[in-house]
Amino acid sequence: MLEIKGLSYQVEGEVDILRDIDLTIADHQLVVVTGPNGGGKTTLAKAIMGLVPPTSGSICWNGTDITHMDITNRARLGVSYGFQQPPRFKGLRVKDLLALAAGSGSLSHEEGCQYLTRVGLCANDYIDREVDASLSGGEVKRIEIATILARRAGLMIFDEPEAGIDLWSFARLTETFRAIHAKREATLLIISHQERIIDLADEIVMVQGGRVVKHGPKDEILPQIMANTVSGCSYMREEAK
Amino acid sequence: MEQNDWKLLKEIAELEKTPQGAYNIRRNGALDSRSSTANIEIVTKTEPGKSGIDIHIKPGTKGESVHIPVIITQTGLSEMVYNDFFIGADCDVDIIAGCGIHNSGCETAQHDGLHTFHVGKNAKVRYVERHYGEGEGTGKRIMNPQTEVYLDEGASIELETTQIRGVDSTKRETKVVVGANAEVVITEKLLTHGDQVAESDMDVILDGPGASGRVISRSVAQDSSTQVFYPRMTGNADCFGHVQCDSIIMGGAKIKSIPAIVANHVDAQLVHEAAIGRIAGDQILKLMTLGLTEEEAEEKILDGFLQ
Repeated sequence: MLEIKGLSYQVEGEVDILRDIDLTIADHQLVVVTGPNGGGKTTLAKAIMGLVPPTSGSICWNGTDITHMDITNRARLGVSYGFQQPPRFKGLRVKDLLALAAGSGSLSHEEGCQYLTRVGLCANDYIDREVDASLSGGEVKRIEIATILARRAGLMIFDEPEAGIDLWSFARLTETFRAIHAKREATLLIISHQERIIDLADEIVMVQGGRVVKHGPKDEILPQIMANTVSGCSYMREEAK
Repeated sequence: MEQNDWKLLKEIAELEKTPQGAYNIRRNGALDSRSSTANIEIVTKTEPGKSGIDIHIKPGTKGESVHIPVIITQTGLSEMVYNDFFIGADCDVDIIAGCGIHNSGCETAQHDGLHTFHVGKNAKVRYVERHYGEGEGTGKRIMNPQTEVYLDEGASIELETTQIRGVDSTKRETKVVVGANAEVVITEKLLTHGDQVAESDMDVILDGPGASGRVISRSVAQDSSTQVFYPRMTGNADCFGHVQCDSIIMGGAKIKSIPAIVANHVDAQLVHEAAIGRIAGDQILKLMTLGLTEEEAEEKILDGFLQ
């Protein structure tokens, strides 16, 4: 279980990025975090992974307080995070990265290929390639997601997994999320604006202005979000008529 | 051969026992052992004042290899070696060279060498050279390799040179003259640390129509070490050349990279890229999110970079 209490993150001279966030996510839930750009979603995800040090509050994962734990130890406890803009590595090949993610010295060819297939990449074309600037943004993004799959972590956080991914691969990806969820293999926290991903959710968390403004079952929250989106925008109101 | 000798041979040429095929092992300035084959003949140079060997590979020799490692375990030894390779037309061979110094004394141990390759028409050569130094002594470990390659029409050579740690000072000079439709690919990998100094001076001359050349240099400079790269690619014909130098700088190291491309023909296409930078913070963070410590992440990034 992931329990976040009173989590805040402030940067001096700037607005508060996270403000007193309380959030509890039960095991094996698929939770989609959504909300307007700049609302604090990525910062929240990074704070869970340890990439951002919170100013106050606490984060507990499976009963362990990880608030002040370093990234490495959080990862070893089963927290994983797929970067919104993954870095590239000159010289490191896709199979090297997947092997590091899987935590084994070497990953079998079949296993590596399996992870790539699950994100819609043709394994044979990619397994030996370097994760460098020769790959497109969408390709790197999918390799990033494959590394999270290879970790087989208890908590998988994906930060806008749909960004830069073509329609066909995206369909494959949503199937992968659905399958992980169906097997109850992990708790999934997915930052997304995509209806097809939101549709997979057990719960939706809406983050806006650094706060959790809505949190509840999908069937309850989604209609509220949709209603607000249309009523809050005069242009969309006109369109809806 | 003692245990230290085999350790050096393993480091530089992955040899754990006497190699198959032709070989010449030079140990502490003298011949240790040698073997020629029906197609590859190794002979001692007879020119006065020139220590070294001539390697003659018969035209059409395919799938054979030559090992010519040099090891030095004697402190204070300094040598200059001349090795000439005559590779016949239509050959397809591997040449595994390299030098390992174990210096446990307080005097400098130094190996300088000039390798000259005459590669015949349509021959294909893969040349692998590793330099390695170790030893608890305060004496310096110095290596200054010079390589000259002359590629006949349609010939090709892959030159892979690696120096990872342990060599206090190196000045590498490489010159390749590429004939018509011939090809050279030079891959250079270098890691310096402490107060080591490394310089690599390269001259690739694309001399015939259809000639092509690629230089891929990857280096890591740690601590207060210094590296200087000077790869020059000259196009004298309808040719293609590409120079790519990438360096990772760490600690208080210094790197200078000065690639030069010179076109003396209207159809010469030459490109150079050079980059120096530290390990990106997000690369380390990414690997830490996979469960590696910061130190392990750095090591993996460097290993991959020099892979």
